[in-house]
Amino acid sequence: MDRPVSSQGFPLPSSLRVVPGTEGAQAAYPYHTQFSDADDGRFWFYNSMHFPEPMSAFDMVTAEAAYCALGSANTRVHCLPTTLGIDHRIINGRVYIGGNAVTDPAEIARRTEEFQKRAFYYYENWERLYAQWREKMMTLIRDAQALPKLDLPEFEPLAHVHAGRGVASNHYLLDTYQKTLEGYFRMWHHHFEFLLLGYGAYLTFFGFCKKAFPEITDQTIARMVAGFDAEIFRPDDELRRLARCAVELGVESHFQQQVPADDIIESLRQSGEPGLEWLAQLEISRDPWFNINVGDGFYHHHRAWNDDLSMPFACLPEYIRRVKSGETLERPIERLQAERRELIDGYRDLLETEDERAAYDQMIALAHRVFPYVEGHKFYCEHWYTNLFFNKIREFGTLLSAHRFFPAAEDVFHLTHYELEMAIIDLMTSWSNGSAPRGPQHWPKIVAERRAAVAEWARHTTPPALGPVPDVIDDPAIVMLWGITRENLDAWLAADDEPGGNELRGFAASSGVVEGTARIIKSVDEISRLKAGDILVCQITNPTWVPIFQTIAATVSDIGGSMSHAAIVAREYGLPAVVGTGNATSRIKDGQRIRVDGGRGIVTLL
Amino acid sequence: MPASEFIGWFADIGLGDRARVGGKGGSLGELQRAGIAVPPGFVVLTTAFERFLNGLERKGPIRSLIDGLSADDHAAVSACCAQIRTRVTEEPLPTDLLDEVSSAYAALCGDAGLDAVAVRSSATTEDSADLSFAGLQDTYLWVTSLSQILHRIRTCWASLYSTESVIYRRKSRLPEEGVAMAVVVQKMVNARTAGVMFTRSPMTGDRSVLTVEAAWGLGSSVVGGEVTPDRWVVGKITGDISVREISAKLIQHVPMPGGGIEALPVAETLRDTPSLSDEELQGLRAIARRVEKHYGRPQDIEWAVAHETNEILLLQSRPETVWSGKAAEPVARPASDPHAHVMSVFGGKR
Repeated sequence: MDRPVSSQGFPLPSSLRVVPGTEGAQAAYPYHTQFSDADDGRFWFYNSMHFPEPMSAFDMVTAEAAYCALGSANTRVHCLPTTLGIDHRIINGRVYIGGNAVTDPAEIARRTEEFQKRAFYYYENWERLYAQWREKMMTLIRDAQALPKLDLPEFEPLAHVHAGRGVASNHYLLDTYQKTLEGYFRMWHHHFEFLLLGYGAYLTFFGFCKKAFPEITDQTIARMVAGFDAEIFRPDDELRRLARCAVELGVESHFQQQVPADDIIESLRQSGEPGLEWLAQLEISRDPWFNINVGDGFYHHHRAWNDDLSMPFACLPEYIRRVKSGETLERPIERLQAERRELIDGYRDLLETEDERAAYDQMIALAHRVFPYVEGHKFYCEHWYTNLFFNKIREFGTLLSAHRFFPAAEDVFHLTHYELEMAIIDLMTSWSNGSAPRGPQHWPKIVAERRAAVAEWARHTTPPALGPVPDVIDDPAIVMLWGITRENLDAWLAADDEPGGNELRGFAASSGVVEGTARIIKSVDEISRLKAGDILVCQITNPTWVPIFQTIAATVSDIGGSMSHAAIVAREYGLPAVVGTGNATSRIKDGQRIRVDGGRGIVTLL
Repeated sequence: MPASEFIGWFADIGLGDRARVGGKGGSLGELQRAGIAVPPGFVVLTTAFERFLNGLERKGPIRSLIDGLSADDHAAVSACCAQIRTRVTEEPLPTDLLDEVSSAYAALCGDAGLDAVAVRSSATTEDSADLSFAGLQDTYLWVTSLSQILHRIRTCWASLYSTESVIYRRKSRLPEEGVAMAVVVQKMVNARTAGVMFTRSPMTGDRSVLTVEAAWGLGSSVVGGEVTPDRWVVGKITGDISVREISAKLIQHVPMPGGGIEALPVAETLRDTPSLSDEELQGLRAIARRVEKHYGRPQDIEWAVAHETNEILLLQSRPETVWSGKAAEPVARPASDPHAHVMSVFGGKR
């Protein structure tokens, strides 16, 4: 490494260089997210778990909104004793984050007193507050769905005039945009209302188990706590239901691999009553369960099933085949519950004293209490609401590209949310004045430059961490959400010394060791390349691919954490999985033999 | 196979009979009673030893000789012990005893005596310090004739008079009256694979995992450390196999045609092959759980998988001593406010 490094190992932020030729794109990010010399004294790490690819200018709104909400919950609302919020910096499209630890014992004591008044109240009243939370989220979702379609008519409709509305259509562009943005920032506050408290209660039980049973796997603990009716399982459950429906209605022959979803829908529509009935059932499933997107909800290009039906439709033929071969597709909830009970009782019996068993009972009761939120919130926040948000922004993209601000609707995501407001006001003003907007001269060059920059940044690796290594990582948020510990950092430093090697490390998502042939699958169209016993290697294991979980031997992904959807589902299927490797799809070659150790989070190239 | 004055069959004995059958014999009986497959066998009871020793005492003193020794006089102990051991190994068995052992052997292996047996000492003392002499108490594998069995029984008895054992008894001021030894005679398993398992982690003491070590052939190669065994860590409750270390197993112990065992090289194709299948590991796990549940504490178990039948048999189970002896702080205690536990996560480490 030829960059200056801090005495403990990682390069200093000031030594990172913006990739030559991308300075303009880098400058688009807000001034307060640019690294400064003062940042050299702090420890930062690359948030590859949530933001594994370079972020386009607009998508950075997620980092802003999320850290704003996370920080306020930790610092001001629940008053976590040892930590405040998390600062973020952006360079080359990569998001680095650094925690603000509280170290003064007197301050920790003061915050502890506050924390217990607040957090314990939440634990005490969890069910009521969580029911209220779901109401709030549904209100937020309905408000977002109720936002008007964007429209700039040549003349204001006569009805508006006769009604004396007194506000012209262009104002509603700004109004809708600001409400869209406001809703997204608000959603992230809801997201963090329970999150740290929920993870904390879970990790309390987790920590107890690790101490009592030093060799217990993370997955076993997760299996003791996980529920079976979480919202995150519903999209796949709905697909199974639709497959059974197709067979019952006798329309299964319409579902064939490689046939576009639109063509299948059209042929069903023309096939008469049973086909129409199946399409009615599809509509029931779609709202809301097809609002699941193919990622973890942080990128505009992770589209929802509702926006791209090819994904769920690609899985239907396989589910239909299994229904016809007499398989029961429904998950055996009762058996899973009995297994969970056996695990809980089995480990409890191994404890040596009554005291320990009593403490175990208290901790697992609290973990069970909080877990519906931990598992359920993602569907509402990262999937449903996020889809609505990005799709509304897409509408602005369509409008602006129609006015030639940039070539394609998707180009809107190369503007920051500040710039987008500027462009909208440009359009509003020109509509008002009857003159031409300035945007078409201003934005195309910038959009092209940023599109190229994002592609260029993706070709460059970035250090996993920056700055001096802290002696201990005592920030519960960082440990909980990112799994960063002092041991991880030492491993990163060691990995830096010996680049390459034949091992990739990720999160241990679902245990089991298997060897097999790697299949690099970039999109759902390639699913048919997977043969029984193959190992799926992909960017993100998304819910769409669940039907093949019973065919393949293991799954490895670039993206995802041990609490991600892929991890939860893989555990349920007993499929070995390593997620969040960062670069499996580029380091592993298609057809290569690999070994996946899902219990330790290691992939070995053979 | 009726019980008799000097012989106890596994089916009829248990740990409660320790004073008559010794720890090893009691454990094997206990396992068989609990429905766990162990190779069949019998115990030559301590009454047999006493009958034998009383006959020997009539020819010249033994116990009083030792009672008179000083623990500090190593040379005297050593000389005295050597003499006693020779007397024990050379003295023929009294006829009534001889008759009972030979008819038990015939009942176990048939008159033709086609099967090989293991002859193992089974000490009666519960003193855990005596476990340090475990290696001195003997096990003789693949014994194939009555005369050899009779010889090995006496060798086991003689091991009570090793210099180390006697010095230990003298230092602890244990009276010689009541010192006795039982001997286990058990059918040998011609093992395809054999080894040991601990029902807790030897590394961390974790009671939720089972550690299995195995190699090809008889288990003596694993117990004696002559081969680097394959090693697995299996979740006791989950059955998940979290560690698989397949070693190059260069040698295996196999029976010699004329009795006894020898070390032979392992065929190259088998060296790096796992010596147990996943199904067999799950079978061992089920057995380990039953044994541990039966005894109510972690166990250290020797087992073998028979050739041809692939049946899993238990050869021995004894309480795990290293971790069980440590006084552990409770991991946590119940809290008056159950939410207070979260402070272990939120409260900071400082």
